Amino acid sequence: MNTDTSQQLQQQILDAFEHAIALRIVGGNSKAFYGRAVSGEALNVAEHRGILNYEPTELVITARAGTPLNEIEKILDAKGQMLPFEPPAFATTATIGGTIACNFSGPRRAYAGAARDYLLGCKIINGKGEILSFGGEVMKNVAGYDVSRLMAGAVGTLGVLLEVSLKVLPKSEMEATRVLHCSNVEALEKMHVWSQTALPISATCFDNTSLRVRLSGAAKAVDAAINAIGGEDMDNASRYWMDLKEQRLDFFKTEKPLWRIAHASDIEPLPLEGEYLYEWGGALRWLKSDASAEFIQNTVAAADGHASLFRHTQQQGLFQPLTPGLMRIHKNLKQAFDPKNILNPGKLYPEL
Amino acid sequence: MYHFEKVESKIDRATLIDALQGIVSGESVLFEEEDLRPYECDGLSVYRALPLAVVLPKTIEQVQAILSLCHQYHVPVVARGAGTGLSGGALPHEQGVLLSLAKFKKIIHIDPKRRIAKVQPGVLNLEISQAADPYGLYYAPDPSSQIACTIGGNVAENSGGVHCLKYGLTVHNIQQLKIITIEGELLTIGGSGLDSAGYDLLALMTGSEGMLGVIVEVTVKLLPKPDRAQVLLAAFDDVAKAGEAVGNIIAAGIIPAGLEMMDKLAVRAAEDFAHAGYPLEAAAILLCELDGTNEEVSEHVLKVREVLKHSGATEVRTAKDDAERLVFWKGRKAAFPAVGRMSPDYYCMDGTIPRKQLPRVLQTITDLSKKYDLRVANVFHAGDGNLHPLILYDANVPGELARTEEFGGKILELCVEVGGTITGEHGVGMEKINQMCVQFNSIELNQFHAVKAAFDPQGLLNPGKAVPTLHRCAEFGAMHVHNGKLPFPELERF
Repeated sequence: MNTDTSQQLQQQILDAFEHAIALRIVGGNSKAFYGRAVSGEALNVAEHRGILNYEPTELVITARAGTPLNEIEKILDAKGQMLPFEPPAFATTATIGGTIACNFSGPRRAYAGAARDYLLGCKIINGKGEILSFGGEVMKNVAGYDVSRLMAGAVGTLGVLLEVSLKVLPKSEMEATRVLHCSNVEALEKMHVWSQTALPISATCFDNTSLRVRLSGAAKAVDAAINAIGGEDMDNASRYWMDLKEQRLDFFKTEKPLWRIAHASDIEPLPLEGEYLYEWGGALRWLKSDASAEFIQNTVAAADGHASLFRHTQQQGLFQPLTPGLMRIHKNLKQAFDPKNILNPGKLYPEL
Repeated sequence: MYHFEKVESKIDRATLIDALQGIVSGESVLFEEEDLRPYECDGLSVYRALPLAVVLPKTIEQVQAILSLCHQYHVPVVARGAGTGLSGGALPHEQGVLLSLAKFKKIIHIDPKRRIAKVQPGVLNLEISQAADPYGLYYAPDPSSQIACTIGGNVAENSGGVHCLKYGLTVHNIQQLKIITIEGELLTIGGSGLDSAGYDLLALMTGSEGMLGVIVEVTVKLLPKPDRAQVLLAAFDDVAKAGEAVGNIIAAGIIPAGLEMMDKLAVRAAEDFAHAGYPLEAAAILLCELDGTNEEVSEHVLKVREVLKHSGATEVRTAKDDAERLVFWKGRKAAFPAVGRMSPDYYCMDGTIPRKQLPRVLQTITDLSKKYDLRVANVFHAGDGNLHPLILYDANVPGELARTEEFGGKILELCVEVGGTITGEHGVGMEKINQMCVQFNSIELNQFHAVKAAFDPQGLLNPGKAVPTLHRCAEFGAMHVHNGKLPFPELERF
């Protein structure tokens, strides 16, 4: 399926701008749990879909925002390539636009970069209904401000993504996963020793008893790294990393609030009650906890990090509060892109 | 040619100098003509102007006070690092203050466990890698000016280098910034982890050319030094074949650390200068550097050798040791000064193109070279499509600089036409301000102005650079010249 609905999308935004109607941007509805609830008229982007350009030797793919993530992964896979940031989908309906708008990245993020790092350019509709293009399909491009990357993680509050261009990379020749049994402090120590070497590590996860390490690279390099790291080989490893990415491991089956905590990788375990899962060499820690949002966010802020309520059945999207100075810039930027505050209002912060 | 955005300041020069001397010690404010001269231009010396004063603060509080003063009296501010930029981004404003960050030279700390370095903006790019070296770490982006350029300037321009395809640009290699707004407010952008709350202001600041805030501290990411690096040199009798070889290496699943191409004139210049043993009869040569673990490099060297041969290379050499690797690179790294010896002056362009367009772009440049009667040597970061045509001219021949600028402008417009961009790593500055009208339409330029206003509503930070006014674009008349050839012809253009 390959359809261009940009004109209808633009018309709906123009109408909404004229009558100051709030719009709720919907792609595949796979990440509706993420961010604050938005009340508004639905703007459906999912039908604006199709891969527009894919040049394996240029390492670039351009697709309409509504293109299913799995369609992109399939076409890349056929050429031995991948989205290096290993994005989670959370449902088969997930779109590339939603993935970029949320800036979601998976287990490989700490070793290869985030979604925003691979975003080369995009076409958007701003809150005035204007269609704009920034960046492009080339790796190096410093003409004008980096508006493309500003869109990554803005969850649609600055513009509706129409098209994105992404850098892609070849898949690794070989992969292996090792399991080591250790404590959380030992796991952090090990991951930091490894991260100062050139070992081909592509993912790490610690679940309270076991540290899992994925190695990806040239066959000989992976073999050498297995010797350096030790541990045992893991069965069904690719299934494990997939389940981690898609949050299907037992850890994630919970009624408790799931917090996403990001700070420097070497921070000692914080005094927050609950169950943890570490990723990204210690730089991302998932926490299941009933502690109050205020307590969690204050504790994490004291460690110079940020915490967001990632998923919960009763409450949605509490992001770490911004300093007054940063909030002022955020509001000014929102005004610059969406002066009538019609695009996903309040999705990120009530003020935006 | 350029012209300044005129401003209506609310303070006279003598009073301004007095006020600046009240913020920093007397010798840190320069105002005599002979003291201002060294600041009249950056690395693009064809544009020159003298500011009202140069001020050299050494603390964050002083920068805050200076900006707050300039904000109060509506005085333009141009920030400057080492002044090595190639697009006139640090060109002073005639009615403004030039704010030099040269005294911010401290490496605040290196944290090998977190693999970061926290540094002041006036620290040189290469100094970071040198300071990280005892820990087996380095800072990846390596612009060719790395022995002289500052990290603050690198962030302002989003500088690249020869290793971008594998290791990214500045934006991929920094973690946190401290900036001062035009009102004098200190903001911390980014975080100590891999991401931070809110919008990606770190990306927005990177490459913003001093238009949004003044950078006073940078936290960069450090990488472990690869166990080994190896370089191959391949000669081709046809530029198109060399371009194809690059695509074939990538199709084989290998991402080289560096992938550089030089055409015949550039090879000849580099060889005369550096005696790297380059094959002079070649139409183009490729240098391909592979790095990683020992085992990985051995495996990839064999593969790349095969690919190069299959792609029609007339000769493939592998550096037998580190000494020879450095000799192979010496010629490439000396290419700019080497070309400089062939001609009284040269003008370095900086466009990026989709790599598959290389044969077409080089042919058009050859045609234009004949038309303008100016020689061109081409140096190409082939991995990421960043082309540096060096136009040879003589500034003492009347009209030759003007012809060179026009020729350069045509090359940049060609880059846009084939789907690329007018600047890969040097920035827009003053130099490419007209070509911005070719790459972006009026609503896009207006969106840029709105972003600028979100930080600096009065337009006091580096006025007149990076983003042209619509009025200027109308004067440039670019749309008429390229009528019908531009992408998105349905959109209104100025």
